[in-house]
Amino acid sequence: MTTMVTTTPSMWRNYSTWANRNRKWLFASPAMIFVGLLIAVPLGWTLYLSVTDSEGSVRAKSNLVGLSNYFEVLTDTDRFWPAVMRTFVFTGGSLAIELILGMCIALLLWRPFRGEKWVRVAILLPLVATPVAVGMMWRLIFDPNIGFANQVLSWIGIPAQPWLSGQYTALPTLMFVDIWQWTPMVVLMLLAGLTSLSDEPDEAARIDGANSWQRFWFVTLPLMRATVIVTIVLRGIDALKTFDLLYATKGKGGGSFHEVETLNIYAFGLSFDYNDYGIASTVLILFFLLIIAIMWVLTYRRKANRS
Amino acid sequence: MTTTLQTRPVTETPRPVRTAPRRRKPRAYKIFRVVALTLTVLLFIAPLVWMFISSLKTNVDIYDASKTLFFTPTLDNYDNVLGRNNYFGFIFNSFWVALLSTIFSLIIGVPAAYAMSRFTMHRSAIVVLMARIIPGVSLLVPWYFIFANMRMVGGFGVLILSHMFVALPLIVYIMISYFDSTPLELEEQAQVDGLTHIGAFLRITLPLSVPGLATAGILSFIFSWNNFMFALVLSGANTKTLPVAIFNFVSYASIDWGSLMAAAVVVTVPIMVIALFTQKYIVSGLTAGATKG
Repeated sequence: MTTMVTTTPSMWRNYSTWANRNRKWLFASPAMIFVGLLIAVPLGWTLYLSVTDSEGSVRAKSNLVGLSNYFEVLTDTDRFWPAVMRTFVFTGGSLAIELILGMCIALLLWRPFRGEKWVRVAILLPLVATPVAVGMMWRLIFDPNIGFANQVLSWIGIPAQPWLSGQYTALPTLMFVDIWQWTPMVVLMLLAGLTSLSDEPDEAARIDGANSWQRFWFVTLPLMRATVIVTIVLRGIDALKTFDLLYATKGKGGGSFHEVETLNIYAFGLSFDYNDYGIASTVLILFFLLIIAIMWVLTYRRKANRS
Repeated sequence: MTTTLQTRPVTETPRPVRTAPRRRKPRAYKIFRVVALTLTVLLFIAPLVWMFISSLKTNVDIYDASKTLFFTPTLDNYDNVLGRNNYFGFIFNSFWVALLSTIFSLIIGVPAAYAMSRFTMHRSAIVVLMARIIPGVSLLVPWYFIFANMRMVGGFGVLILSHMFVALPLIVYIMISYFDSTPLELEEQAQVDGLTHIGAFLRITLPLSVPGLATAGILSFIFSWNNFMFALVLSGANTKTLPVAIFNFVSYASIDWGSLMAAAVVVTVPIMVIALFTQKYIVSGLTAGATKG
């Protein structure tokens, strides 16, 4: 027992020294192991599934089929390529409008004014609202028969629109909803960037006689470039992956004409509505490569700009 | 309007002086700004107000265009949602899943973020942030295979695990930029006074990081509460979360709009109340890293 008493503190000290010396990895490893296990293993599995004909049930036997899934998906002009296109239209369109609108609102909010706090609260509410509830809310507003949107149109004499139920109007309508919900995010991020700018370049330009548009375009905007890129990256990632809103409003397959079927909705439908795991995994691998490519281009350009 | 113009002395608007921090903006701009801001606020708020109003209407009133704003409010929809559909169960499910996934993610995420910030482990940080970039579905497929074979689908464990996946990257991202902007002199001072590295982290840095922890925790709770996709696949009849329960409302042929809006209000209001009281933290969390570039 005496040996125990004498060794325990020194053992503890040894552990403690060891822990302190290796704290970098001790601290980081739980999170990294967690993420690694939940990313690396699943991604590997997805890669494996993408070369099998796995279908129906998770316990069903499946066979290796080589790259035939990839040929099938990449030549699928019926569902896959339209989904890729919709993904780009949705993300690019929403993001562009959110940036322009967000910049306008951020500039309006830039200088202090009375009631500032209330405006900030108001723009925070769409951001935290549950996307599924938001989808349901807009479904009611855009309902062709009883919706408020058509009611407003009737006041100004415009005929009722099918909005979400139309083959060509559904995607733009959902882009509008995305813009409604996420422009506030862009506003907050750009505003954070604006408020951290120093006043001096603006003042100097003013003394040189620049008007407010010139000061914005030639002074503020270039200084905001880093913030704008961070905003594009973060909002872009989320927009590419939009699922809740699209699935909650249009359901399986993105509607009866697949009118809002983006890559995310397509892959989810293949996996969990039709249990076609092989093809679904192929689509997911391609989707993943696409996102990585976009991220790489954006961050690569950023580094190039910096140096 | 004319009186105010007359009473304003001309001398009050001198030519711009170089050192003046703010300049008097033209009146037209001020008016434009008030109008524009009012419109903005209205556009962001109006749909939510509409959702709330509709939740107080009977279905007959919802279908009646003449009762857009003038109607007799009723709580029947809330009674219907909360009384009949086991919504309290779903609320508790959402709450526990969000809370536990947030706590577990904080426990493993905060030390990781600290190490990544302190030792500038950019490569490791990228691994964790990958979790934010990868589309959830691509993980959900293999998870479903693994957890279905382990007969875990439909349990709370798998839900919490999947929601941690939403929370962890968020927490690491926020905390890295928080630790980056925190001076570490106090911690170094504590080490001079005899604390170990880990001791200094636990006793000095962590207590000083409470605002950052609050930011990360609140945001991760909100995102987990709002998450739909993971619970849609991985939850069972008894572990359904609120967004999934609401979604199931519309799978019937005709939609009970009043109750649907009441259900939507039930899921949104708690999160909005939290947001109103903690807006400072939410804004700082959402804009974390935005200014660094």
